[in-house]
Amino acid sequence: MLQKKPEKLIDKDDVRIDGRKLNELRPAKIEVGVLGNADGSAYIEQGKNKILAAVYGPKEVHPRHLALPDRAVLRCRYHMAPFSVDERKSPAPSRREVELSKVIREALEPSIFVEYYPRTSIDIFIEVLQADGGTRCAGLTTASLALADAGIPMRDLVAACAAGKVDGRLVLDLMDVEDKVGEADVPLALMPNLNAVTLLQMDGSLTIEEFEKTINLALDGCKQLYALQKEALKSKYVAVKEAVEE
Amino acid sequence: MPLFYERKQLVTPGDLLAEDDYVAGDNTYKDDGKIYASRIGLVDYEARKVHVVALKAFYVPYVEDTVIGKVAEVTTGGWIVDINAPYFAMLRASDVMDRPFKPETSDLPSIFDVGDLIIAKVVDYDRTRDPLLTVREPGLGKIMRGQLVEITTTKIPRVIGRQGSMVSMIKRETGCQITIGQNGLILISGKTPEDERLAVMALHKIEEESHTSGLTDRVTEMLRKEKEGVEHA
Repeated sequence: MLQKKPEKLIDKDDVRIDGRKLNELRPAKIEVGVLGNADGSAYIEQGKNKILAAVYGPKEVHPRHLALPDRAVLRCRYHMAPFSVDERKSPAPSRREVELSKVIREALEPSIFVEYYPRTSIDIFIEVLQADGGTRCAGLTTASLALADAGIPMRDLVAACAAGKVDGRLVLDLMDVEDKVGEADVPLALMPNLNAVTLLQMDGSLTIEEFEKTINLALDGCKQLYALQKEALKSKYVAVKEAVEE
Repeated sequence: MPLFYERKQLVTPGDLLAEDDYVAGDNTYKDDGKIYASRIGLVDYEARKVHVVALKAFYVPYVEDTVIGKVAEVTTGGWIVDINAPYFAMLRASDVMDRPFKPETSDLPSIFDVGDLIIAKVVDYDRTRDPLLTVREPGLGKIMRGQLVEITTTKIPRVIGRQGSMVSMIKRETGCQITIGQNGLILISGKTPEDERLAVMALHKIEEESHTSGLTDRVTEMLRKEKEGVEHA
């Protein structure tokens, strides 16, 4: 299927093709504890993205020789479903997915107290059901919630969001077309309470000033997502409390 | 030395709880003089100690804990038991035998076989070695009958209640025997399936509403209502 490339991604009133302002996130809906069989799970719908994350562990490591004597091993699989994109994607892990799995694992590791549970493994599965750009960030945001839902001790939640340059303008939370047609994309993950960045990548080109502005834009997006994450994590308990203590 | 949350307030990992002179308790950590939550749960203070009662956690073995486990493997020298923790537990054959244990003459599967459920006590554990169990105390050993209920391990204190008030109330109202494993498994055995059903219901209610107040009264009320409903039917 050929997608027609739009002529302009941002109109003269600073409105993007999906009606967002330049510094606006896509509307996000987050749910925690959606899967019965995993130790922890979460689901996000951010714009057209639909992503499911599940966590198992800490548990005995299989195969045994991978276990570390001083900390837990963190294993992560980012995977896109064959039906997540316009043209069927092979379900086998692609180069891109292997790389994103590594990047996501490394972005989550500083948030977890892995040294508390030596000789164990914590397994994270991120399944992209429908993709529309920015899935590594949305996947990261969701996986962090799944970890918290599994009861794994964490320094902070990790919230992730991208910013970039489209039609010469700096924008927040790029979707697929903007990412493909635009000039630059900067995904960033943040532990907001500790003010620590755990992932920072860039493709495309930006001047130094633009880069700084883009990062600030992304940081702001992460903080907005963080508020949504906390709300999602709490909502289940708040609902029960209100129901019985009215 | 400010505190940022009131007692019983819901916090998520990373929330700043207190600064300066406080001591970090369970499910919190201290970094640069600041105390943060490390799990989702309810804040509580005791003198200078700040801790979080976690709403979601997994079982970590602790010496002297009674646990309920499932035999995962029979080895030459004992059993490997799944106790719902990050590590499998070991039960040594010499712990069960009266006479000196000889691998060539003893038939271990006839004592505990794979899949058997046992009540045991943790006698030794640190993070470098797997937990070690014993069944050499009254009340421990193979489970022959009853129902198992699994709940989040951090909610076990709520099931027990203050000085055992909650669990003794459930025992009294339902007439069931209840054995609590600290690892989140609870064994219920009653005279009739109906009694057991009531006890299971009560335990699920406690798990669901563990973070609310006035729970013991609500559970009592629910049990009484249920019992009446059955008698009238």
